[in-house]
Amino acid sequence: MEIGLSHYLSVGAILFTIGVFGIFLNRKNVIVILMSVELMLLAVNINMVAFSSFLGDLTGQIFALLILTVAAAEAAIGLAIIVVYFRNRGSIAVDDINMMKG
Amino acid sequence: MPLPAFQDLAPIYPEIFLALASMALLMIGVFSRDEDNPSVSWIAIAILVATGALIAGQDAGARELFDGAFLADDFGRFMKLLILAGAALAIILSFDYLKTAKILKFEFPVLVLLSTLGMLLLASANNLISLYLALELQSLALYVLASFRRDAVLSSEAGLKYFVLGALSSGMLLYGCSLIYGYTGTVGFEGIAAVLENTDRSVGLVFGLVFVLAGVAFKLSAVPFHMWTPDVYQGAPTPVTAFFASAPKVAAFAMLIRIVQEAFPAIAEDWRQIIIAISVASMVLGAFAAIGQTNIKRLMAYSSIGHVGYAMVGLAAGTPSGVQGVMIYLAIYIVMTLGAFACILAMRRGDSDVEEIAELNGLSRNQPMLAFMLTVLLFSMAGIPPLAGFFAKFYVFLAAIEAELFWLAVIGVVTSVVSAFYYLAIIARMYFQEPAADFEPMTAKVRFVLGLTGIITLFLFIPIQFLVTAAETAAGSLF
Repeated sequence: MEIGLSHYLSVGAILFTIGVFGIFLNRKNVIVILMSVELMLLAVNINMVAFSSFLGDLTGQIFALLILTVAAAEAAIGLAIIVVYFRNRGSIAVDDINMMKG
Repeated sequence: MPLPAFQDLAPIYPEIFLALASMALLMIGVFSRDEDNPSVSWIAIAILVATGALIAGQDAGARELFDGAFLADDFGRFMKLLILAGAALAIILSFDYLKTAKILKFEFPVLVLLSTLGMLLLASANNLISLYLALELQSLALYVLASFRRDAVLSSEAGLKYFVLGALSSGMLLYGCSLIYGYTGTVGFEGIAAVLENTDRSVGLVFGLVFVLAGVAFKLSAVPFHMWTPDVYQGAPTPVTAFFASAPKVAAFAMLIRIVQEAFPAIAEDWRQIIIAISVASMVLGAFAAIGQTNIKRLMAYSSIGHVGYAMVGLAAGTPSGVQGVMIYLAIYIVMTLGAFACILAMRRGDSDVEEIAELNGLSRNQPMLAFMLTVLLFSMAGIPPLAGFFAKFYVFLAAIEAELFWLAVIGVVTSVVSAFYYLAIIARMYFQEPAADFEPMTAKVRFVLGLTGIITLFLFIPIQFLVTAAETAAGSLF
């Protein structure tokens, strides 16, 4: 079987969906949310590189490299905020993030 | 492609200046002995003013740089000046708050400057890559600002929530970008528009557009992507909330207008439906959900959701006068909202902030000037003539009527009346209730911001024509 663009896009779409559901359905730990965000961004990268290769155009791969860089910075800031939160609250369970409601 | 010579970079000089200056400011902060030194904030304000002067001094007309990644035009300049004004006033509001909260650190103005840099680049971003990078530069700095009061549990929770939902929205925006890139083969806005001119739209492209609009709606806090707004507004330090409510909204609108008007004018029928739906939902939720609020910062959050909905009415019209209306709306909105946050910052007793609306009872007897200014600002937000807020709503509704979106304008007027209820309820508290305990006297900086915004709100009807003409020229550069 020839593996074509639609296969790559399907993988990307599935990974992206898993990432989104990981953010919303996860009730345990904020770190898992961080991993889900990374999964979403990597799904986008699969899309970008697949399109880039299919179109014969380098822009998508450059975009993917930039996304990787930004994702690293985003993870660093996210972890820093989680550390600050843990110091104040003593927990990073998703169910405990409920000081403000309404 | 040869590298451009330095003098060819003139359109991006203000951004280069801001980037270098904020890094220099970081160094000044790091190497100055005094840990909590307010002079860094003053320098930051001077930098913002200088950047504004550089932008105002640019030649009129549009100029592209870096293969079309950066576009300096009249529209971008108008938005950038609004962003800089919002950021500078937010820093002025921050001094006394940071001092009493013991978080007067030099990182604060530096982070504000970096996020402002992201916003300026966002207002000029002309392809998907520069749009994404500018948006992330803005957002990453804002995540840190939201959790800036790091010993307070509410502030760190606000930062955490803002980070998670912000990262989710960036992911959605990026997924949309990847689909748009894949189905048009280009990331430049002109290129996308050219492809759409010549070919029929594909389903994949519309999917991409929907994802991008969902990501932008998150950043704008428009319904149905508004969940983070009340919590972040309540939890973040008040000057940071004032900043969140002003400058990033302008930048996100600049991004939204550029995407839909420059890249997707050919499928206006598709995106206009989405914008109309978001706009109606935001107006209705902003009007009704604010009624039961007891915390004034949460109330302002719902109020800002409503204002985003009103501003989108102009964009839904899809005409030059609609975009003009949005720009007038944003200019007036940031003035009103910064004034309202100056009032919230004036609500202090001893060393602690007071955020309950009930604490405003009888304010007119203890502090008549503060009560009067807050009344003016709230009347203006409700859209009562001849205050500034009336003109803001007038021009967006006018654009909607010209575009024959009569029912949208009707919904806008009805929700304005509903929202007037909660604004008037606060005014009634201040004038007709028995006084609560007195607040601390206003500090000079808060009084300055409150006076400035109050006077603009009161007397804008005299020079309104200047604003209208400026917005018309700026909006004209997009069409």
